[in-house]
Amino acid sequence: MSDERPDDPQVRYDQARYVENGEYEPLLSEKDLTRVEIGGGDEDAADGESPLPDDLTRDSLELPDLSEPELARHYTRLSQMIYGIDSGPYPLGSCTMKYNPKFTEDVAALPSAAVHPDRSAESIQGTLELLYRLQDYLGRIGGMDAVTLQPPAGAAGEFVGIRVAAAYHEHNGEGHRDEVIVPESAHGTNFATAALGGYDVVSLPSDDEGRVDLEALEAALSENTAALMLTNPNTLGLFERDITEIAELVHDAGGLLYYDGANLNALLGRARPGDMGFDVMHYNVHKTFATPHGGGGPGAGPVGVVDDLAPFLPAPRVRQRDAESTGGEPRYELFEPDHTIGKVHGFHGNWLVLLKTFAYIARLGDEGLADASASAVLNANYLAEQIEYDVPYGPFHHEFVASAGEQDAADVAKRMLDYGVHPPTTKWPEIVPEALMTEPTEVESKDTLDRLAAAFNAVADEDDATLADAPERTTARRIDQTSAARSPRLSWQQLEDDE
Amino acid sequence: MHGSHATGSPYAPHTEEDRTAMLEAVGADSVEDLFDVPAEVSFDGRFDIDARSERETRRLVRSLLGRNDEVTELLGRGHYGYYVPSLVDHLADRSEFLTSYTQYQPEVSQGFLQALFEYQSLLVELTGLPVANCSMYDAATALGEAATLSDRVRDTTGHRVLVPELLREERRSTLENYVAGTDLAVETYPVEDAGVDRAGLEAIADEEVVMIYAENPTVRGTIEEALEAVGDLAASNDALFVLGSDPIALSLLERPADVGADVVVGDASVLGLPTSYGMGMGLFATREEYLRQVPGRLVGASEDATDRRAYTLTLQTREQHIRRERATSNICTNQAWIALRTAMHAAVLGPSGMVDLAERDVRRARDLATRLDDLVGVKAPVHDRHHLREFVARVDQPARAVASDLEKRGFAVHVVGDHEIQVCVAGVPDERLNRFVAALEGVIR
Repeated sequence: MSDERPDDPQVRYDQARYVENGEYEPLLSEKDLTRVEIGGGDEDAADGESPLPDDLTRDSLELPDLSEPELARHYTRLSQMIYGIDSGPYPLGSCTMKYNPKFTEDVAALPSAAVHPDRSAESIQGTLELLYRLQDYLGRIGGMDAVTLQPPAGAAGEFVGIRVAAAYHEHNGEGHRDEVIVPESAHGTNFATAALGGYDVVSLPSDDEGRVDLEALEAALSENTAALMLTNPNTLGLFERDITEIAELVHDAGGLLYYDGANLNALLGRARPGDMGFDVMHYNVHKTFATPHGGGGPGAGPVGVVDDLAPFLPAPRVRQRDAESTGGEPRYELFEPDHTIGKVHGFHGNWLVLLKTFAYIARLGDEGLADASASAVLNANYLAEQIEYDVPYGPFHHEFVASAGEQDAADVAKRMLDYGVHPPTTKWPEIVPEALMTEPTEVESKDTLDRLAAAFNAVADEDDATLADAPERTTARRIDQTSAARSPRLSWQQLEDDE
Repeated sequence: MHGSHATGSPYAPHTEEDRTAMLEAVGADSVEDLFDVPAEVSFDGRFDIDARSERETRRLVRSLLGRNDEVTELLGRGHYGYYVPSLVDHLADRSEFLTSYTQYQPEVSQGFLQALFEYQSLLVELTGLPVANCSMYDAATALGEAATLSDRVRDTTGHRVLVPELLREERRSTLENYVAGTDLAVETYPVEDAGVDRAGLEAIADEEVVMIYAENPTVRGTIEEALEAVGDLAASNDALFVLGSDPIALSLLERPADVGADVVVGDASVLGLPTSYGMGMGLFATREEYLRQVPGRLVGASEDATDRRAYTLTLQTREQHIRRERATSNICTNQAWIALRTAMHAAVLGPSGMVDLAERDVRRARDLATRLDDLVGVKAPVHDRHHLREFVARVDQPARAVASDLEKRGFAVHVVGDHEIQVCVAGVPDERLNRFVAALEGVIR
């Protein structure tokens, strides 16, 4: 690595770009479209004819028909026109984009991992034992008494939390509780989830230091409060130091305290939601542990609860059978909690993601997990110190929110792309004007952070015209998102019709 | 440099020297000083989980999963183990696909956006509906989203959601959780011989119905013959007709748009994913008029500053990160990478490969049913219908015992009644089916 590099943000970066006939890589449909006629068959049809009567089949199917080598090149080209964490730093606040070890992919690809969800418990003891151990690991990490692995994503985990809270209140004759309190800096999913659960959302303002305003919380709490949804550290990267008082206030009002696990990466081994007084939490295992984000999923959102809420968890869960019935040999089975809310996924959730999570936790152990947090927090504080943009609030845990000030944060982001780094999350949370929400995670080296800081600082010195014209070194130049929304074209069929 | 890497996580790169320099820069004596955690809630880091080398971890997982019995799975009912071409694994595993995030910066995400746009286009061709999103979690959650969509878009009020009485219990349960926060109530309508009982459905449908759900093929593998009637009935009651299916079935069976479907849901991972303990990918397609009420992410075509066509996430004002409690859904992380795999698998098959696969599983299910029917003590198929890839067989002996004995001989089947088993040919080689017939003969003898 060259010595000059950290001070030189003008790293020569050019993303791959394929142009054919004046356009970027053509669609499969522009390379070929072949129509296959269907029909003419009956029940006695021979091979080559449809085995179904015409009135049960479609008339034809029209799709691209390309050779495997042509497809290999198409998808290789597409992959080269994507920026991933393996391409460079990806400090996307709140999303925890960190490097994922490669071996977990191999583990998920083991042939013995490929089982059907309707197999008998007796014939898939390995799968069940692994899930059981993962429930146990997650319980210990979150300080929770019981865990379900079924939710297929963080927002799905939130939904389970809200449904479990509703079932709990209903069970206790408190079904009138129809409000969920959400801090204004919370993830959008919290608001949407509470609404999906049928609750009225009560928005909670932050205090001058970016944390929960205790007075406002007291005012918001009432006999109608079902729960407060909170993430800690919050989306500004700040630890809610008054968490014990917050928990007391919520519990005194008869509400439950919900922990949004999106920022758990900052706390591993330093604090546990259960110890802080949270009653229910979800784990974003694709953020805190391993599983590459895959361009938007799959992830998984296991949910942990304290004992009082365990009877309401989704069914089935995994448990160890008692030793007597199995002659001392550990055996595992699925069971239905007494007052279960039922199911939130057609089967058992995103098993392959859970498998990677298990392998990652087993690889790191206590020391590795705690160090992931320590290094993430060190990196966030170091980067915050190196950049010239104003960074209000503090001290920070895993992420910080800088302000682009007079510059447009979205333009800053576009210009950062030209320096070969992915920009932070922009314009959110709205508490900070022109927010640049930055989370470097534990996997970036000091050199990389210096390079990131150099990119931030170079952009900070640039004029509006340069920013408005960016990016110029990426596959595509600035994309018109307004016209995309105004006249949506969502398929190749529609593109063809429009021409 | 990384030989001197000094920290506990093998993926955190700091050397002691880096760490010292960084601490100095932030003005802290130790990393502990950076944690702003009050003493009363701090934790000592002891989970009692031992660290392992990569090799030991792989061995641990292999040894755990090695406890699964090796069984030929003749299992279906919504989750299938079709052969996935090698091209899908090798290209989807390219790390730019695997390690990127949601495409919030489209200028550096053109490849993924284009692949998702191609996936949406595949669904448009398969369903005949013009709007498809680029994934939900699975078929059950997509059904739940369809119900809340129906509630939003319907002109008149009403609260009834009708589903067939033969439906995976898990799907119904998931649907009930999705509508728990609304006024909607899930009710069942009768089926006859594993198909919609038209008269029975007509008798209970009224203007209070907001949605009627049907599946093709049904959970019992039968091909539904009453879809047009269901579509007409839904339309006449101003209800949405939601059809459950999958991409292989849709390559051959009646086009949903032609039978009046307003929404198509289902599991698209039937292409692109092997059996994975129920992991799926929800497909969701609908009519143009409901575009602004669609849940989940949409990729649209636009232009960049050079006037070339470029792709971007669009209509994001429907989504939770912008619209918060007024969003059309709370979904954020979805199954994008599985959508990529589905699109790749479909591209490898091509149109004739897709149709062939579906037709082959009509024939193979029919042939297997005929062979089972020849056994004394077995009647197959139970339903006098056409089938796609799976069917129900009646066995004279208790079904549970038959399934258990079959499992000892290395075959897994569903038990769907006291004397009914369900058998699926999807992804099972012919030679294994031969052995299965022999095994069943041995079991019932």
